[in-house]
Amino acid sequence: MDFPVNQLRNDFPILSTQVHGKPLVYFDNGATTQKPRQVIDRLVQYYETENSNVHRGSHHLSNMATASYEGARSFVAKFIHAQSADEIIFTRGTTESINLVSTCFQSFIHQGDEIIISEMEHHSNLVPWQQLCLSKKARLRVIPVLEDGTLDMETATKLLSSKVKMMAISHISNVLGTINPVKELIAEAHKYKIPVLIDGAQAIAHTAVDVRDMDCDFYAFSSHKAYGPMGAGVLYGKSVWLNKMPPYQFGGEMIDQVFLNETVFNRLPYKFEAGTPNVADVLGMETALHYLETIGIDNIQQYEDELLKQATALILEVPGIKLIGTAKHKTAVLSFVVEGVHPYDLGTLLDQMGIAVRTGNHCAQPLVESMGINGTIRASFGLYNTISEVEYFVESLKKAIAMLL
Amino acid sequence: MTINESAQGVVEEFLMFDDWMEKYAYLIELGKDLPVIDAQFKTNNHLISGCQSRVWLHAEQQDGRLVFTADSDAVITKGIVSLLIRILSNHTPQEILEADFKFLDSIGLQEHLSPTRANGLASMIKQIQLYAKAFQLKSNQL
Repeated sequence: MDFPVNQLRNDFPILSTQVHGKPLVYFDNGATTQKPRQVIDRLVQYYETENSNVHRGSHHLSNMATASYEGARSFVAKFIHAQSADEIIFTRGTTESINLVSTCFQSFIHQGDEIIISEMEHHSNLVPWQQLCLSKKARLRVIPVLEDGTLDMETATKLLSSKVKMMAISHISNVLGTINPVKELIAEAHKYKIPVLIDGAQAIAHTAVDVRDMDCDFYAFSSHKAYGPMGAGVLYGKSVWLNKMPPYQFGGEMIDQVFLNETVFNRLPYKFEAGTPNVADVLGMETALHYLETIGIDNIQQYEDELLKQATALILEVPGIKLIGTAKHKTAVLSFVVEGVHPYDLGTLLDQMGIAVRTGNHCAQPLVESMGINGTIRASFGLYNTISEVEYFVESLKKAIAMLL
Repeated sequence: MTINESAQGVVEEFLMFDDWMEKYAYLIELGKDLPVIDAQFKTNNHLISGCQSRVWLHAEQQDGRLVFTADSDAVITKGIVSLLIRILSNHTPQEILEADFKFLDSIGLQEHLSPTRANGLASMIKQIQLYAKAFQLKSNQL
């Protein structure tokens, strides 16, 4: 099947803008994706015809907004194959989802316990666990990353023990593009009854996510990295864990009954959603995920894999290029360095040519430093990127390197 | 030459460029030519925060005037700091503190640099002004 990329591009108004007088080539999808017209329209429609506070009023609009909001929850549950919509907590994004779990786990972590993460974690899946360990005198254990950008599975298995109270691992690395063998890791961890949180920020838009097949205990992702609005995200949690955890924040909506001296907390998922939720952006997220489902996430993955394959072949022809992350199982991320050239200089010149890439340490300082480099240039692809954009990028890259050397 | 006069000179140089490539090629050239800072000053103490690339800046006083030396690991950044130094070096702290940095707008540096780099530029200027202030206080105390 031919992937209808040109037709899909028409859905994204921003793709027709110009940057410094050149057509925009947007290769910073790992940071955030652009939004299709359908998502933008959904936000407008909500504020023009449905806006009201949810779960409260007995009036028409409130009932409509509540139905839409809970409909989105059911849709998300189906999208990631959760057991029930009660296991879907709406948050501000991946970072808040992870912080929710690390904060609520405070009462489960004691001196001498251990938490496992990996060396390739984004700061959002590193700092919350590091700080939890520091405050509880627990020990943070780190799975090393091998030369090709894959996890050192041998060491990972050795780190598992009954002392470990949590393992938090990214599904896909934001720097390297490596798809981690999460299902295998989870099965190993479960032998020791260790709960596993998967950071799905870089996965949700690029590969099918099935939390029941994976058997993870928690899965976190953001709307804005999957063509939805910023400011909305999801924490999936197995209900057995969510029921065990104390509330995260206190206030409206998360309570059942309040007396002056005590409070009965609401049932799942409301127990974790204090305050007025971000209804519009959650509905926008639903539309975005629906958009992905209509195209077919497998079709997207196949198209992006092919794009990555061609881009990798083209970029390797550029003299002085070194790819960072060469795992066999990778998605739409091309990270590299150029000998004798600072990533930031390259990023500046590419910007002048209309190309948006990310440069620097990508919020994964420990990983980048372990590789002995001062950052990478990262081109990260989305469903609307084309091979002609990749060709223009590689040509521009050659031009920029020639200017800098 | 006053600070304003050398700033005007730089503006005129940049007016000659037809497109961004010439402009950046010139910045890169300046960066490559920048006299490298004395190795003893390439320490964390001399590192300017707020830049995505690392920039070291050192100042010393010679006959009442401040002389700046700098380095960066990114060559375009080096070009920009080299421009600043060319304009501001060899002036008294008072003159530096009174300097008008509007010339950066006229050469399109502010608008053409990415926000983080523009912040880097702002950090460089702030650091230069801090040095000027510190040396001014020191000489007032003597």
